[in-house]
Amino acid sequence: MTRPFRHPHLLDITSLTTEDVVQILDTAEALFEVSRRPVRKVPTLRGKTVINLFYEASTRTRTSFELAGKRLSADTVNMSTASSSVKKGESLYDTCKTLEAMHPDIVVIRHGASGAPHYVAKNMRCSVVNAGDGMHAHPTQALLDAFTIRRSKGTLAGLKVAICGDVAHSRVARSNARLLRLFGCDVRIAGPRTLVPKHFAEAFDVSVYERLEPALDDADVVMALRIQQERLSQALLPSLREYARTFGLSEDRLAGAKDDAIVMHPGPMNRGVEIDPELADGPRSVVLDQVEAGVAVRMAVLYLLAGDAGAAPTGPRGA
Amino acid sequence: MLLLRGGTVFDAALDGAPTGAGTLAGGRRADVLVADGVVRRVAPSLEPDAHPDARLLDVSGCWLGRGFIDLRAHLREPGEEHKETLATGRAAAAAGGFTAVCAMPGTTPVNDQRAVTDLIVDLAGRRPGPHVWPFGAITKGLAGKELSEMAELAEAGCVGVTDDRHPVHAAGLLRRALEYASTFGLVLMQHCEEPGLAAGPYHESPLSTRLGLRGQPREAEDVAVARDLRLAELAGASLHVAHVSSAGSVALLREAKARGVRVTADVSPHHLTMTEDALLGGGRVGYEPLAKVLPPLREARDREALVEGLADGTLDCVASDHAPHTRLDKDAELDAAAFGISSLETTLSQVASLVSAGELPAARAMDALGDAPARVLGKPTGLVGQGDLTVVDPAHRWTPTAETLRSKGKNTPLLGTPLTGAARLTIVDGAVVYDAVAR
Repeated sequence: MTRPFRHPHLLDITSLTTEDVVQILDTAEALFEVSRRPVRKVPTLRGKTVINLFYEASTRTRTSFELAGKRLSADTVNMSTASSSVKKGESLYDTCKTLEAMHPDIVVIRHGASGAPHYVAKNMRCSVVNAGDGMHAHPTQALLDAFTIRRSKGTLAGLKVAICGDVAHSRVARSNARLLRLFGCDVRIAGPRTLVPKHFAEAFDVSVYERLEPALDDADVVMALRIQQERLSQALLPSLREYARTFGLSEDRLAGAKDDAIVMHPGPMNRGVEIDPELADGPRSVVLDQVEAGVAVRMAVLYLLAGDAGAAPTGPRGA
Repeated sequence: MLLLRGGTVFDAALDGAPTGAGTLAGGRRADVLVADGVVRRVAPSLEPDAHPDARLLDVSGCWLGRGFIDLRAHLREPGEEHKETLATGRAAAAAGGFTAVCAMPGTTPVNDQRAVTDLIVDLAGRRPGPHVWPFGAITKGLAGKELSEMAELAEAGCVGVTDDRHPVHAAGLLRRALEYASTFGLVLMQHCEEPGLAAGPYHESPLSTRLGLRGQPREAEDVAVARDLRLAELAGASLHVAHVSSAGSVALLREAKARGVRVTADVSPHHLTMTEDALLGGGRVGYEPLAKVLPPLREARDREALVEGLADGTLDCVASDHAPHTRLDKDAELDAAAFGISSLETTLSQVASLVSAGELPAARAMDALGDAPARVLGKPTGLVGQGDLTVVDPAHRWTPTAETLRSKGKNTPLLGTPLTGAARLTIVDGAVVYDAVAR
């Protein structure tokens, strides 16, 4: 943990190198045990302030970040849209300036607009962590998935990974595709053409399949994405029933995958739609490992940005 | 009285060439005498001694042509005077070489009735400067439901109708609008976009997919252009397609013109000179609000097709699509930022850059800004006998900055970028309204 982290923010996977990713994962390994101790707290970030700024509803990601901060002894504050001045029409610019006046060390932001964390990073002097922006990126999810895969498979290099479902609307799929391609993984996207953007293969250098079986053939890792009810009214799917029949993951459909293939889901799951309930609770499922990894990875990110290893943020424009 | 000596004059009529879309008369070295509010003479050499009362101006190295007309500018008054006023918009137009500017109807209130047109004409007429030729709304409130009172709009001074950035979507309504507008000699300008194909405002591409931005494919424009061309034929009326952005639309327009359809089209300076990469703001991951515009900036092959279409006259005109905003409107996360670029003052430089790059003949550039929009509106073309004249210094170097732009809108990705080519003189009704040297 001696090498300084080279980035002032964590905004996307695109900005990271393989070395950066390995550094975050190795740091997370070192911090993983903290959450299993009887006293789950270290003094590393004592006196540091982390603000969780959530413009979209989130339970697990916000809780995960909050616990990560608290277990490092940082002061964490949650600010969500329902209870904030955002409801009164305050612009993101004014929110940035207001929060900046309170001298946080890190702002963790989730926002419905792609690129919003980049905007915040330009306008604040503190570090910014992207906790999900629009359909663009969810870098800590990709990192916790990578952590989980590496723990299970011993490596990331060259694995065959299938990502199934609503890729079009998924920041998780984008960040995972980006990260896994950094490590030379064979990334296979599977879904109906309505849910896989026309340009996705070119944009992310991945393979796209219109059937589940060839995408799962010999796969080491299978990820399911959440299907949202609103896709029906957008004429992207005729019914959840038909989706479950054609692209829903089940033990039977995984017949062609490797015997030790793991099944992942970023949550929250629609059991019976994108994933069969028995598969979700079965021995292949690492869904709860992902949740546990989430806290460790977020601790690592906060530590690398705000701890002694962190690079100084560049600050707002014109400052 | 003015005597402009040593310039290169672009006027198809002087060459005896037929006028019309794609006219490519070359420039010729000539002197120009402006007297009694109009261009009196254009001749290879006019001696100052013969015109002792004339103010003598050396314009050697400059291009002279019919005063530039901007078919599409958002001047924001009435209603959004914090973004632009008729006064600041006209000052910006004059500095950009425009002698006339068409004001879009998307004001508050909408210019869908005579009283609003009267107000605009009245406010614009109080001070000298470029003409303001308003466009009225096609439908009341730009709502796409009922026709506006176009006969009265025409009487009050509107030169055309458009629903601004709202496409008239109902085919039957557009047919009737074309028929009714042409009854009163009004040009109908349409923003061509099929809303059902536009999931979002950005160009659908590998880049927008990577950035997680909701896009619209080229076909959102193409299918609307194809449909509207058929409706113009059905109505037997002329249609003007605003700010063409896709390679497919250029091909459709070229084919329709060859078939004799009465259609004209314009293209914006940003679509001619930029691609979607401007959204990156120079980085690998970027979300530059200054490059957010409708229709969206597209890809290199679209830009190339647009320049080619402008060069061969398929696209008749360049229109600024000037859309001034305050910093508050633009400095935001991308989805929340307003659409549009402040472009009245940079359009000429952007077109000049195509000429110096060898992508566009100078004569076509001058035509696309001067005679071509005059033909679209049924205004006089050529130099002799009329009072609007633009003199361009194609070698002038300048850099747009927030301090020097006359528009209230400083929202251009070109801020701080050195440009070449600018207006030397803008002359309206025989009087200089902008002089780059005297400034």
